[in-house]
Amino acid sequence: MTIQSQEMLLNMGPQHPSTHGVIRFVVKTDGEVMSEAMPDVGYLHRSIEKIGEICDYNGFMPYTDRADYLSAMNANQGYAMVVEKLLGLEVPRRAEFLRVIAAEFNRIISHLLSVGALAMDVGAATPFIHALKEREKVNDLMEALCGQRLTYNYVRIGGVSYDMPPNFSERCLDFLDRFEPQWDEFERLVSANKIFIERLSKVGTISREDAIAYNLVGPNLRASGVDYDLRRDIPYSIYPELDFKVIVGHGEQGEVGDSFDRYIVRVREIRESIKILRQCFSRIPEGDILAKMPKVLKPPVGEAYVRTESSRGDMGYYLISDGSAKAFRLRIRTGSFTGMAIIQKISQGMMIADLVTLIASLDVVAPEIDR
Amino acid sequence: MLIIVLKIIIPFLVIMQLLPLLIWLERKGAAYIQDRRGPNRAAILGVRLGGVVHSLADVVKLIFKEDIFPTNANKFIYTIAPFIAMAVACVTFAVIPWASPLEWKGSAFSLQAVDLNVGILYIFAIGSMGVYGIMLAGWGSNNKYSLLGGLRASAQMISYELTLSLSVVGVLIFAGSLELNTIVQNQGSNLLSWNVIRQPLGCLLFVVSAFAETNRLPFDLPEAEAELVAGYHVEYSSLKFALFFMAEYANMIVASALIATLFFGGWQVPFVSTETLRTYAQPIAYYSVLGLGLFSVAAGWFLVRRKHKVVYHDARDYETKVLGFPALLVGLALIAGQILYGPLPLGETGSQVAAAAFQFGAFLAKILFFCWVFIWVRWTLPRFRYDQLMKLGWRVMLPLALLNVVVTAGIYLWF
Amino acid sequence: MEVDFHHYLPLIFVLLLGLGFAGSFLLLSYTFGPKKPTASKLDVYECGVPPTGDARERFSVKFFLVAMIFLLFDVEVVFLFPWAVLLKEFKAAGTGFFAFGAMAVFLLILGLGLLYEWRRGALDWES
Repeated sequence: MTIQSQEMLLNMGPQHPSTHGVIRFVVKTDGEVMSEAMPDVGYLHRSIEKIGEICDYNGFMPYTDRADYLSAMNANQGYAMVVEKLLGLEVPRRAEFLRVIAAEFNRIISHLLSVGALAMDVGAATPFIHALKEREKVNDLMEALCGQRLTYNYVRIGGVSYDMPPNFSERCLDFLDRFEPQWDEFERLVSANKIFIERLSKVGTISREDAIAYNLVGPNLRASGVDYDLRRDIPYSIYPELDFKVIVGHGEQGEVGDSFDRYIVRVREIRESIKILRQCFSRIPEGDILAKMPKVLKPPVGEAYVRTESSRGDMGYYLISDGSAKAFRLRIRTGSFTGMAIIQKISQGMMIADLVTLIASLDVVAPEIDR
Repeated sequence: MLIIVLKIIIPFLVIMQLLPLLIWLERKGAAYIQDRRGPNRAAILGVRLGGVVHSLADVVKLIFKEDIFPTNANKFIYTIAPFIAMAVACVTFAVIPWASPLEWKGSAFSLQAVDLNVGILYIFAIGSMGVYGIMLAGWGSNNKYSLLGGLRASAQMISYELTLSLSVVGVLIFAGSLELNTIVQNQGSNLLSWNVIRQPLGCLLFVVSAFAETNRLPFDLPEAEAELVAGYHVEYSSLKFALFFMAEYANMIVASALIATLFFGGWQVPFVSTETLRTYAQPIAYYSVLGLGLFSVAAGWFLVRRKHKVVYHDARDYETKVLGFPALLVGLALIAGQILYGPLPLGETGSQVAAAAFQFGAFLAKILFFCWVFIWVRWTLPRFRYDQLMKLGWRVMLPLALLNVVVTAGIYLWF
Repeated sequence: MEVDFHHYLPLIFVLLLGLGFAGSFLLLSYTFGPKKPTASKLDVYECGVPPTGDARERFSVKFFLVAMIFLLFDVEVVFLFPWAVLLKEFKAAGTGFFAFGAMAVFLLILGLGLLYEWRRGALDWES
């Protein structure tokens, strides 16, 4: 077929059900096949980094929740770590355990939402509701821990804000015992579904080279076959003591780095997080949860960069201190932002339906892109 | 004349009664598949009927919504599109037989709205008009999402129409007629001689095509909300949207009725022939009324005795009583009537009518079952992609349907 | 053969009923709905940004291609229907295999046509 027809310029977003927040894609299409999809970000920019230079160190913690509201604990942890690095502060061991517990629970619910939304974008509404059902249970646990369900503001510079409530570890272990069979059921419903596999395999394949060149991070990078996880490779907190596997995509339903690999990596990372949580609950020591600190934090002049493995991958905080009570500069590096750049390259010659799959499989979260 | 009008009005009303029920079934079924409660809030004087009232409330809500005419839309086409969709969905049911024809004064009195000798052609002809409603809606709205939805819809529906009509050819060979009633009678009451056994491949192809023709998941590409927001009805509001919505469900009912008629013996009660039904009409009627009474008493007793976990302090507290007592009383009245008066003599016409009623019940049960299959599949499967859909239609289903025709004809002639 | 139009008369009534039902719905919302149009309410929906261009553009020829292929096959399906209905009578008359053979040739040509389209790439939808 060499007949050319006029291309249609279609705006997908900002108000679109499957752009996962307010992102806009300008799509050039002939009806079904796109020649290009250009991402247009910035609709959710809230100047979080600038706010970080206006308020004091402790006061900025709630804003990190909003930087990535789907894995707020990981964002909290990263910020706390960068300030502690400048201060040269030692965090009590119990607090480290609590941070990891909270962060891994957060990873589970973030991946749950991601995987559920992917299924929803592919057209199956039921898995999404089942994923959200489990997410609500974790939210209950988080509420018991810190009083919040979405933006936790749990981690403090030098520790955490609350100790575990009574019976908390029993409740959590009980949940994990119930959750694992539920997760098997979810996999039977989704991962083994022929239409689902057909929709995901060989769609939006990102090669190993592209993934590295375009700076993909986290599960997206690992799905392309790169064995790299900050929790293991640049260890922080108590992760070196814990035993867990880094999940890498193998292209079991098509090619390495296709949407199915990105899906299955998240599905399996949930199981790894469960493993980590079990270890944490069996080893958590008694002790303080907050280091002794002055009322007003004034880190010495200097700069620090800390990377943590958030649910969406490498989340970095870059902080420059001029010795005052406020940060001189603060920059946040997030996973979704780098994910956007590759969409334009990968989407050429794709079908509109596949663009939706690609966005969902990259687990793009709009507020994290724009900050 | 009156009889003709009644014959048309009654099935029409039955379908229109099924519509809100089906919407309720969809929402409630989806809720239970997804571990939720589903609709349970709307109430009339505290009676919620398990959420059925929601369908009514939705219609009332949509009546009082603003009727929007987008600036760029072609007003005439924009208005006529939902009209066509609904009108087409309303008239396809006309040739479906609801029960075995009555024999009255030596002539057969068919129980279908219009007794056409080209029944199945009529259904395909009118049914394929439905694509106009969707296509015109897509084009008339002058919206890119609508246009894409309309284009998808037309491509999809015409592709699967081929398989839909080809998969029936096998059935026609066995029946030797286009008349739906003859097709049903040809299948007989023996479950093993139904077309689903004689034509398993044809049945499968027909069911899949029926899903595609009604735009239900996994073939709901025209309105794929993840990609096209709502597809062809993005720009529609108030009752114009409701017309599309209801047309989908009306099409579902007709499709279920067709599946039941063509492949699952239509109004035939499994293993009970019309003659048997008529001969034993009296005891069957007696015991079924008795059974109905017992069921009603049991349900009423259950509802009356049921204790609420929550006390609402409003009319909802009396809901079960309001429903339970009448059910209990009606059930008791039925049982008492049956026991006091015994089996009533039905006579020739009476027994025929009783048999027809029983067959109608069986047919309705089949329709509801297939409607449930539609719902069940919708909440289980993901959606196809456009190229997968077209490939399935043209490269898999069409050759299979052609093969089915040849093999069926060959086997039919051989034996 | 004489066609009995008497059978078709009720159809007019069915059509009127269907049209009337759908039409009454259109009228109902037109009558009872509020009418407060604003410019942005009546604007075309394009995900919340001002629409770029018009939807009345030339769209891809592939959609027409589907329609054309459909037309060919649908006409052929129409030929199959009377054949299928009459096969019983052919069998009774003992000419069943002749009828089968004739249709088999027809279906073979149809199948070859499908194969030709397949090989020519008319059944490719990915690109």
